[in-house]
Amino acid sequence: MHRTPGSPLRLVVIGNGMVGHRLLTSLAEAGATRSLQITVVAAEPRPAYDRVALSSWFGGRSAEELSLVEHGFFADHGIEVLLGDPVLTIDRVDQTVATTSGRTLPYDELVLATGSRPFIPPVAGHDGPGCFAYRTIGDLEAIAAAAARPTVTRGVVVGGGLLGLEAANALLQLGLETHVVEFAPRLMPVQLDEGGSAALLRHIEQLGVRVHTSCATEAIESDGSQPTRLCFDGRDPLEIDLVVFSAGIRPEDALARAAGLDIGERGGVVVDARMRTSDPAISAVGECAVVGGRHFGLVAPGYQMADVAAVHLAATAFGAPVPRDRFVGGDLSTKLKLLGVEVANVGSVHDAEGCTSLVWDDPVGGTYQRLDVDDDGRVRAAVLVGDASAFGPILDRFRTGDAVATPGDLLKRAALADPSAPPDPSVGICSCENVNRGAVCGAIADGCDTLPSLKKTTRAGTGCGGCVPLLEELLRTESTGGRRGLCEHFELSRAELYDLIRVRRHTSFAQVIDRYGTAPGGCEVCKPTVASILASLDNGYILDGEQGALQDSNDHFLANIQKDGTYSVVPRVPGGEITPEGLITIGEVARDFDLYTKITGGQRIDLFGARVEQLPLIWRRLVDAGFESGHAYGKSLRTVKSCVGTNWCRYGVQDSTAMAILLEERYRGLRSPHKIKMAVSGCARECAEAQSKDVGVIATEKGWNLWVGGNGGMRPRHAELLAEDLDDASLISAIDRFLEYYVRCADRLQRTASWIDGLDGGIGHVRDVVIGDCLGLGAELEAAMAAHVDAYECEWAATLDRPDRLARFVTFVNAPDEPDPTVVFVRERRQIRPARPDELVGATR
Amino acid sequence: MTLLEADRATWLAVCAADDLITGRGVAALVAGRAVAVFLLDDGEVCAVDNVDPCSGASVLSRGIVGATVVDGSPVRYVASPLRKQRFDLETGRCLDADEVIDLWPARVVDGVVEVSLEPSRRGNGPETIP
Repeated sequence: MHRTPGSPLRLVVIGNGMVGHRLLTSLAEAGATRSLQITVVAAEPRPAYDRVALSSWFGGRSAEELSLVEHGFFADHGIEVLLGDPVLTIDRVDQTVATTSGRTLPYDELVLATGSRPFIPPVAGHDGPGCFAYRTIGDLEAIAAAAARPTVTRGVVVGGGLLGLEAANALLQLGLETHVVEFAPRLMPVQLDEGGSAALLRHIEQLGVRVHTSCATEAIESDGSQPTRLCFDGRDPLEIDLVVFSAGIRPEDALARAAGLDIGERGGVVVDARMRTSDPAISAVGECAVVGGRHFGLVAPGYQMADVAAVHLAATAFGAPVPRDRFVGGDLSTKLKLLGVEVANVGSVHDAEGCTSLVWDDPVGGTYQRLDVDDDGRVRAAVLVGDASAFGPILDRFRTGDAVATPGDLLKRAALADPSAPPDPSVGICSCENVNRGAVCGAIADGCDTLPSLKKTTRAGTGCGGCVPLLEELLRTESTGGRRGLCEHFELSRAELYDLIRVRRHTSFAQVIDRYGTAPGGCEVCKPTVASILASLDNGYILDGEQGALQDSNDHFLANIQKDGTYSVVPRVPGGEITPEGLITIGEVARDFDLYTKITGGQRIDLFGARVEQLPLIWRRLVDAGFESGHAYGKSLRTVKSCVGTNWCRYGVQDSTAMAILLEERYRGLRSPHKIKMAVSGCARECAEAQSKDVGVIATEKGWNLWVGGNGGMRPRHAELLAEDLDDASLISAIDRFLEYYVRCADRLQRTASWIDGLDGGIGHVRDVVIGDCLGLGAELEAAMAAHVDAYECEWAATLDRPDRLARFVTFVNAPDEPDPTVVFVRERRQIRPARPDELVGATR
Repeated sequence: MTLLEADRATWLAVCAADDLITGRGVAALVAGRAVAVFLLDDGEVCAVDNVDPCSGASVLSRGIVGATVVDGSPVRYVASPLRKQRFDLETGRCLDADEVIDLWPARVVDGVVEVSLEPSRRGNGPETIP
């Protein structure tokens, strides 16, 4: 199996995790992939993905979005990839590896990038149903499937370290009551000191996570289908329905052991500083490797190892002399955001003996910072919780070993930061790739105006991705290309335009673009946006005069355009309550105009296949029967979904249907930055799914709980609780204020969830404004809503009686009776649908 | 187009100039084909195919007219209401996809909008007749 002279060097890489893949990209960057015949063989069924950001999978990032493999990468570099095919044995004499599927792969160079396996404590019941590890996307899918069972409402994470808290975040996002059990007396005992752990605990408990420290798990009891109780040594058991183990990792070294390679005392494949194992033809990188007796469970040192190994492999492939690159033992400094809390450590405070500690502890502001310096003023270690803005400068001094004359300034600068002071370019942005603010801003100034180009140029954000929000923020604030602006015609954002139009009482797009934009012009972005702002502020008919020309096609024809150019019609059905007569009317209209009918997710009925000239005829019938526009076509309130509440349901505690109708009739027609969906549930069983709506109301014994910021769709979001036990009047004033504040401040096409995320202070800020009235805007916001409610009119009723407004509803201006010849339907399941191209021959109208 | 070509064209009156809204279009049936007629903000009228080649739907007249700059030159376009692909109203070229639509000479005579019965393919794309 040994190589014939002259043929390319055969490289086999076992494992395609983050570090294994970094090895490949490093080889590609060095131009070495053409001189190597590379085969990657991996146990997982997926190519490399961002394991550090696993919990974001629950926040809506798909497996594809987590992928670290650029499209076409393997093919472009001639790399053969065998996924889902674990290696069984390594034959060091023949230089081959054998895989589970029966393949034998010869190698000249072999790299082990097998990573680690989760450590599952051997407590009784640890392998029962409903008990999971937290390492792979496969694990996440299993956890999500288990959490979807109606009997599963409480989850526990065993392990309060870094990964355990990530897992807790995942359970929170799955909507479970979340517990964390830690053997040590405090959270993240490895990275943090007592003060840091205490600060972190305060933050995490505020999020609703229940933390149990000094708990030694003894057994897991189960009812046979899922766990029921977690039992401890000398403590009351914890009632739970799902268990996630995150009690540490162990190097995945089984293949190396079986092959007789040197193994470290506590496991792991022993390698030298060039990443070579005891067999010179085999290297090991990442979490499976042990360098100088140390094992590195972080991605940054893993990447360093991969880079060193790649340099040496490339040199071998090119026949070049042995390079000098060595792994220098990366430090374990990290900075990350755990459950929204910034946590960072530099060096290890546990090793910093004989140092002086400077501590800033602010339980009110939620920050804890400790800096350890030796007698010469050199930084030896630091812990930062709640505010890690000092991480970059501190890490910088730690790495250079420079003495700091007044080390307290390093902390003070962060604690007492002057907001007007220019930002420090040495502040770290990406700790995986060690990229600071200066480098990112430099790249933006050099023309990187998109996230992908910024990542490509600086490599920031390509590791764990934790800094991506920061990168996006810098793109917004630093980019001179007007990215913050609405479009190429306006450098102002939607919110800024809204304020100017409101305060200066502008009434036309012409005035607005003249004054604040680049006239003449406008486009399909700014025209509808300004039209929506004018509609939000003015509340008048949206299609008269200039305003009519600005509207998107849907608003322009007060209907929803479909793929073939026909429209769908949705009458409003407030709260989803409809009379038999109403249903009959809709049925008759649909039958007479031969429309396809479908029940929507918002408890109403959508009628498809209407041609432009049919819209007024259809609406004449609907309006005469008492229906009004459902605004399904607008960026505005869609529906208020409801359950039947106290009137019918044996569990209901409030009249949810009546409240839903009241809310729908109050906010109908409100033009907003994006669509708004609402729901009202009559009890905590939540049949109306209010927690997945922009505004969700859930009845309690004492009144109503108000949830905001939820949505379904591509990135489902769970709503956050804004206020509890409100009476009817305070519920309505809170929703009035919330909606008007959103309409005023949000960006174009920004749903409430991402708007709240982007606010400094998040939901807390919204609560301060809406409930606490900290900006003193309450009365103004309510007055704005009152004006909307007073001025509301059904847009279709206002159109039907006016011949001038009806004039636009023709397919052909010069042949008003001629239907569109390109619209062709066929029948399927006794209703119409647009014909597919292959059906056009022989199809009839 | 040159004056000579214009003179040779046969014109169809489609609507009154007052029927058009600045920055917006209407569809007209011209020689059996659907044509989108727009009134631009400088008072000019122009006409292109109504069928959006990206979707096959006859909808371009219902799009929004916009302005941008391509290679340093100002371009006026219509954005399809379905997927927002933009079509240059002067050349028929799609700015976002490899498509070209036909242009139809259009003019206003005595307050009446007229469209030529023959399209002029002035685009530089694959369908262009040299």
